Amino acid sequence: MTDGQLSWRPAKADVRSEPRLVRTIIIALTVLFLTVFVVLPLLIVFAQAFSRGAVAYLAALAEPEAVSAIKLTLIVAAISVGLNLVFGLIAAWAIAKFEFPGKTFLITLVDLPFSVSPVISGLVFVLLFGAQGYFGPWLQSHDIRILFAVPGIALATTFVTFPFVARALIPLMHEQGTLEEEAALSLGASGLQTFFRVTLPNIKWGVLYGVLLCNARAMGEFGAVSVVSGHIRGETNTMPLLVEILYNEYQFVAAFAIASLLAMLALITLIAKTVLERHLDEGLQPRDD
Amino acid sequence: MKGCNRVTIELKNIVKKFGAFTALDDVDLKIADGELLALLGPSGSGKTTLLRIIAGLDWPDHGEVSFDGENALTRGAGERQVGFVFQHYALFRHMTVFENVAFGLRVQPRAVRKDEAGIRARVKELLDLVQLDWLSDRYPSQLSGGQRQRIALARALAIAPRILLLDEPFGALDAKVRKELRRWLRSLHEEINVTSVFVTHDQEEALEVANRVVVMDKGRIEQVGTPGEVYDRPASAFVHGFIGESIVLPVNVCEGRVWIGDQPLDIAANGAGPGPSNLFVRRHDMQVASEGIGLRGAVRHVRTFGAIQRADIAVSAGGSETLIEIDTPRDRQLKLGEVVELQPRRFRIFSA
Repeated sequence: MTDGQLSWRPAKADVRSEPRLVRTIIIALTVLFLTVFVVLPLLIVFAQAFSRGAVAYLAALAEPEAVSAIKLTLIVAAISVGLNLVFGLIAAWAIAKFEFPGKTFLITLVDLPFSVSPVISGLVFVLLFGAQGYFGPWLQSHDIRILFAVPGIALATTFVTFPFVARALIPLMHEQGTLEEEAALSLGASGLQTFFRVTLPNIKWGVLYGVLLCNARAMGEFGAVSVVSGHIRGETNTMPLLVEILYNEYQFVAAFAIASLLAMLALITLIAKTVLERHLDEGLQPRDD
Repeated sequence: MKGCNRVTIELKNIVKKFGAFTALDDVDLKIADGELLALLGPSGSGKTTLLRIIAGLDWPDHGEVSFDGENALTRGAGERQVGFVFQHYALFRHMTVFENVAFGLRVQPRAVRKDEAGIRARVKELLDLVQLDWLSDRYPSQLSGGQRQRIALARALAIAPRILLLDEPFGALDAKVRKELRRWLRSLHEEINVTSVFVTHDQEEALEVANRVVVMDKGRIEQVGTPGEVYDRPASAFVHGFIGESIVLPVNVCEGRVWIGDQPLDIAANGAGPGPSNLFVRRHDMQVASEGIGLRGAVRHVRTFGAIQRADIAVSAGGSETLIEIDTPRDRQLKLGEVVELQPRRFRIFSA
């Protein structure tokens, strides 16, 4: 509604909508809240990172400890996204396309990592693989390191980020049903041909969406990783862990420089997410036939 | 492709249950080489399940399916060489029309697969057949319902099927397109002459398109016959009620005579057993006569259009009244409240 429309009956505003004053206040409150709690902190991260200039910023990122943290974060994210891509696809396939007893329970189980505190998720792995854990002594006697090493961090991250891919795919695959797969089968396609030529192209945007969110969380995960990492400098610190350590040591520029990388990841994720959601909406549109 | 790919389908004692629901209850059916058969029935009658079992998309709990005497149940959907046209077409939404039709050719094992030029030629031929070659670069979402239907048919025909199965082929289309496509499907069948089975709940569609009609209800076959047979000589009360418009009057058969309430009717029982029964008459077979068979009723309402007048007539049957609707020529003007004699030209009696 425009002002022009309002002017021909100034005494009474359009009854179909809230009064203009109310709308203005609600919108202003939202913008104010987002500015104070989201935009401002983000700006401060970058302001702090560059507070001693670009040279100090780049130097902080080139520190061996920082480089090792970035590398570790990328490795862990690659492992957990890879695993969750496969498991998420399988889980979503099972849930969306088959009917079997216990299906509701399985859906609940997929969501479990979201409802458990990440610290608890980390602790589970300590209980399993720690020196006093179930598999600890056996692992020690075979000289296999899981806790306080890359495998433990990757496991904890995979656990925490498991629901993303499955969650993105279940409604999409459910909505699309099995008709196209049946058509492919009746035309003589094998199971694999059906998957790669029909199913996957139909869900590719959903897969990308799930991978994107999964990756963002994998790189940013703090709680679970903190419990299993052991904080060995230059070895088992991921980027979020390093930010905390540097901050506690009053190395603000270095801490915020790493933080700014994570913030940029968040921004890129946000943009990519918006683009993907547009594609996803197309895929989810009910067939009008 | 004429005549090279025809097959006789034989179904024996097919039983299929979904949980507690019996979709098919001991169904036997033989489908002849090259015929165009309709499976007709209300929703839940098991007709689509039967079609999916023939296609290999569902498996019977019990019974046999054979194509030309060969057991088909040992073969999956992809190995049966069956063209299936889905009710909602199930076109591959991310592929162009061309790629949709080419799909069946592209997924063939390398040994028998055509080369790219061969595939192109075949797809072109099929798109010409369904008269839609100008749409080959479009996506399914850009097509109308009727166009999608024809592309789905072309896609199913691409694999040179031995049997063509169509699930409610015109169900999702509007009335005008449906009429056109019906005629078109008939002539297409004459052209390619492949054994075809289609499912429909629309009796007019079944009677108009098929050579033979299978009427189904509650997982059982009620009658198999030509369109003329199932219309003129319905084998059961269900078939009479489901096909064509019927007037149904509750009657009683006693010692070979037919009674409506306490009034005897001057008609033969036609072999109907004693006890409460229903008298079935086609609407156009019920006439107003000067002297009748003992069936009379009061005119409650008259509507006139064109050459006929349609009247609601209340026939008293025992204690209650049954309101029936009849069509009569306008030369005998009916007046409201008038009591008229009714005479069925043809009728059938089935035990209630």
